[in-house]
Amino acid sequence: MRFNPFGSELSTADRVVPPTGFTANLTVLTSAAMAFLAVFALALSLASGRLADRWSEALARSATIRISAPPDQMETQLRAVLEALETTPGVASYRAMDEGEMRKLLDPWFGPDLPVDTLPLPKLVELTETGQGIDAEGLRLRLAAEAPGAVLDDHTRWRKPLIAAASRLRLLGWLSLVLIGGAMAGMITLAAQAALAANGQVIRTLRLVGAQDAFIAGAFVRRFTKRAGAGAALGTALGMAAVAALPAADAAGGFLTGLGFTGWGWLWPLALPVLAALVAFGATRAAALRMLRGIR
Amino acid sequence: MIELQDVAVGYGGSELLAEMTLKLVPGSFHFLTGPSGAGKTTFLKLCYAELLPSSGFMGLYGQDARTMGRDDIARMRQRIGVVHQDCQFLDHLSVAENVALPLTVSGRPIDGMELAELLAWVGLKAQMNALPPQLSGGERQRAALARAIITSPEVILADEPTGNLDWEMSLRLLSLLMELNKLGKTVLIATHDLNLIRQAKAQVSARVLRIANRRLQLAGADL
Repeated sequence: MRFNPFGSELSTADRVVPPTGFTANLTVLTSAAMAFLAVFALALSLASGRLADRWSEALARSATIRISAPPDQMETQLRAVLEALETTPGVASYRAMDEGEMRKLLDPWFGPDLPVDTLPLPKLVELTETGQGIDAEGLRLRLAAEAPGAVLDDHTRWRKPLIAAASRLRLLGWLSLVLIGGAMAGMITLAAQAALAANGQVIRTLRLVGAQDAFIAGAFVRRFTKRAGAGAALGTALGMAAVAALPAADAAGGFLTGLGFTGWGWLWPLALPVLAALVAFGATRAAALRMLRGIR
Repeated sequence: MIELQDVAVGYGGSELLAEMTLKLVPGSFHFLTGPSGAGKTTFLKLCYAELLPSSGFMGLYGQDARTMGRDDIARMRQRIGVVHQDCQFLDHLSVAENVALPLTVSGRPIDGMELAELLAWVGLKAQMNALPPQLSGGERQRAALARAIITSPEVILADEPTGNLDWEMSLRLLSLLMELNKLGKTVLIATHDLNLIRQAKAQVSARVLRIANRRLQLAGADL
């Protein structure tokens, strides 16, 4: 007859380590707090990634031609620019902005009563590129020859730093995740070491009855892995609820209002409890084996 | 099985034991005696490799103990049953769980019938679900003996197994060890109780060793 004197609810190997309330609670709480923070770091990272992609895509497909010329040459140069665009490969559409649109652009700075027609404002031509894009350098050379007052602005100058900033923000999010993982590993290592030290007599007894390193380490590793996984699951659930409660992304795609998950992105945080369990596994195993090296 | 050749043990620059030479042959029965502090426990710790010699050869089942890894020593301890002076139980586990511990740690199945029979043999069947702190001194020693033999080891080492017991309980424990010896087990008992040794020698062929001046001597003629 096979017999399990330890009962059926726990495996025999798990029961040899006595339950320790303090380290158990510490591990669960630490994992929950770290997973909660990790959800936000992940949300930040994904949101900044989306932002960088959106800016990159939106700005890469549009350009503006600004014509600054004496009033008597303005119409001639505008026609020359439009004719040049008509035959430029990669231009999907183009149009000259009228006075109403110019007024809208200037409203935020000068107010609605500005007499636009009395100001020597440049003419603006907005163009949209096809998927293949335009040869910006070629168009610049052509404009310089046919409309000397026209300047092509393909947004590169201010697009690059914006995308770089968003990319760095994304990197910061990932770095935060790594730091949170490291901090969690440190806390779990401390908790595991405290548990190992508190159970020094148990470990010596197990050694004396013939327990090998893998058995003793395994008993502690399983316990801490389960605790960290459970704590991280709780923290992840709370973090996801908090992210879900944030204001939704607005139509303009504002960064702060878009700090959340979208679509399949909601699956990413579900990996956090698994990662936390893996971190706990590694940290506890390393701590246990280090301690066992000193006990014959 | 267990072989010592000119073994010395030192600690912190001082020599605790020296010139220890002994070979435990299968089925033999040995007593190890000597005054308190003579080094009986240290000697037993050598025999199950909790301590390693500072010089000399310490052989455990043909292997040099000093070259064995921790897991090798653990496997070797599954072949040596030890009754520790202070029993060393896991207080949060029941008596049955403690007795079955050597099987648990080696991943071997636990036969409930055999476990119950073993506990009955040492007179602890009624206490199988009790926790170790609830046991008397004699019950603890018998539980320790049951744990030491549950894997059916070839060698049984007992460190002052009757140290805290009355005479009647001491004789009962001794008779259990002598029964095991009759079953072919090699037994080494460290004790300072000369009456116990005399009692045993009347019933079993035993060699008596004594530690004096840090050295191991054959002491049979003195008893």
